[in-house]
Amino acid sequence: MKPPPVVYHGPDTVDEAVRLLAEHGAHAKVLAGGQSLVPMLNMRLTAPARLIDVNRLDELAYVRTDLEGVRVGALARHSDVERATHAFEAVPLLRQAVRTVAHPTIRNRGTTVGSLVHADPCAEMPAVLALLDGEVLLRSERGGERVVKAADFFVGPMESSCQEDELAVEAYFPKPKGRTGTDWRELSRRNGDYAMCGVGTSVRVDESGSVTSAKAVYIGMGPVPRVVDVTAAGADWESAAEHAADQLDPEDDIHATAEYRRHLARILTARSLKAAYEAVAP
Amino acid sequence: MTEQLHQITVTVNGVARRADAPARRLLADFLRMDLGLTGTHLGCEHGVCGACTVLMDGVPVRACLIFAVSADGHAITTVEGCCDSGGELGPVQQAFQECHGLQCGFCTPGFITTITAYLEENPKPTEEEAREAIGGNLCRCTGYQNIVAAVLRAAEILRERDADQAGAGGAA
Repeated sequence: MKPPPVVYHGPDTVDEAVRLLAEHGAHAKVLAGGQSLVPMLNMRLTAPARLIDVNRLDELAYVRTDLEGVRVGALARHSDVERATHAFEAVPLLRQAVRTVAHPTIRNRGTTVGSLVHADPCAEMPAVLALLDGEVLLRSERGGERVVKAADFFVGPMESSCQEDELAVEAYFPKPKGRTGTDWRELSRRNGDYAMCGVGTSVRVDESGSVTSAKAVYIGMGPVPRVVDVTAAGADWESAAEHAADQLDPEDDIHATAEYRRHLARILTARSLKAAYEAVAP
Repeated sequence: MTEQLHQITVTVNGVARRADAPARRLLADFLRMDLGLTGTHLGCEHGVCGACTVLMDGVPVRACLIFAVSADGHAITTVEGCCDSGGELGPVQQAFQECHGLQCGFCTPGFITTITAYLEENPKPTEEEAREAIGGNLCRCTGYQNIVAAVLRAAEILRERDADQAGAGGAA
C-alpha cells in the first residue's frame, strides 16, 4: 500500500526542528531513518498530518566515544554504530547487539535513537540502553533539555516518555565499570527477523574472577525491556538462567508459545552469561 | 484535496533528474512513475523483501522506505546503473546470467544492487558470507543456491577484469 497524504517539513537545524514540534507536535511524527515509521505509513497503521524529516540535521550524525561512554546522535545510523571501532572498544555490547538489528540494508538507514523512541519491545537497542543503564537526551522549546534514564524512558509497547513536542537528540551508553564482559544472542526463524527470544548479558568480576554483578535483559519477552539481576547465583549459570526465566512473563503469538519462549530464555541466558563471564575471567 | 508538490532533484545513475512529486511519494515510485525507470521493483512495500533496494550515495537502502523528498540532492544507483558503460551486462548481471541466478526475475534488481555494493566492501566473500550478504532479500522462486553461486562468480569476474586491466596497463 501507499502512505496517506501528509505535509512535509525538512528543517535544516535542530532549533528549527524543535520549533516545528512546538507548533505541530500533536499532529506530527518525526521522520529519521523511517525503517519502522514508513512501513506503518505504507500499511496505513498511522496517518500523521505532518512529517518532520530530520535527515538534514547533519550536526546529529555522530557517534562519539569518551572516557565515560558512547554518545550517539539522533541521525547516526545503526551501521554507523556498528562500524565505529572506538564505540565497540568502549561498549562492546553496542556492536554485539546492533549486528542483529534487521538486515544490513535496514541498518544503513535506520537510526539507533529512532529505535529507542519507537520503543518496540522486540527491538535490540532499547534493551541495550536498559541493560547499560543509559540515558536519552530530549529537547523541546517548552522545557529546553532534559535527560531521561532508560528505566523511565520505556513506558510500554511502542511507547516512550518522549513527549509530542520533544526531539530525542542523543542517546548515551555508559561504559561498563571494571572488568565487565557482555554478550548478546537471540533466536529468530531467519537471520535478521524479529527474535522469538533475545537476551543481552553483562557480568562483572573482581581480580580473583568472582562474580560481583550479573544482569540479563530480554527482548520479545514483555511490554518493555526487562532487566533481571542474577548476581546472587554467582557463577552457577544454570541456576541464574532458571531464576531469570522465572521472572519473565512472555506471551503466546503465532511464532512461539509462551512456554517455548521461556524455554529459549533459559537456554540463551545460561549460554550468554557464560560467554560474558569468559570474556573477562582471569 | 490537492496535495502540495515538492520539486525533487536526484542524480540517478550519474544523470541529474528533476520532477515534482507529493511528499508521500516513495523513492521507488518516484523512480518508476516520475522518472520512468521501471527496473526498480516493489514487492512487499514494508521493507521485508528487498526487491526495491537501490544505492543511495553508494549505500544499499530500501526505496520503499524512503520518501523521494528525503532523497532530494542525493545520488541514486538503480539496477539500470549496474551495467557497464557500453550498456553491456555488468559483472553481477553477467554472473547471474552464467549461474542461472534468476528465475522469474522479479527480485533480481534488488539482488543486483545489494551484491554490487557488497562486493565493493568484501571483494572475496566465502559462501557463508555470500549467504549473509543476501539475507535481506527474498526470492519467492527460492533460487538461492544459484544466487549464492552468482555472488561468488561475480567476485571472480571482478577479479578477472581487474587482472585484465592491470595486464593491459602493463602492456601499454
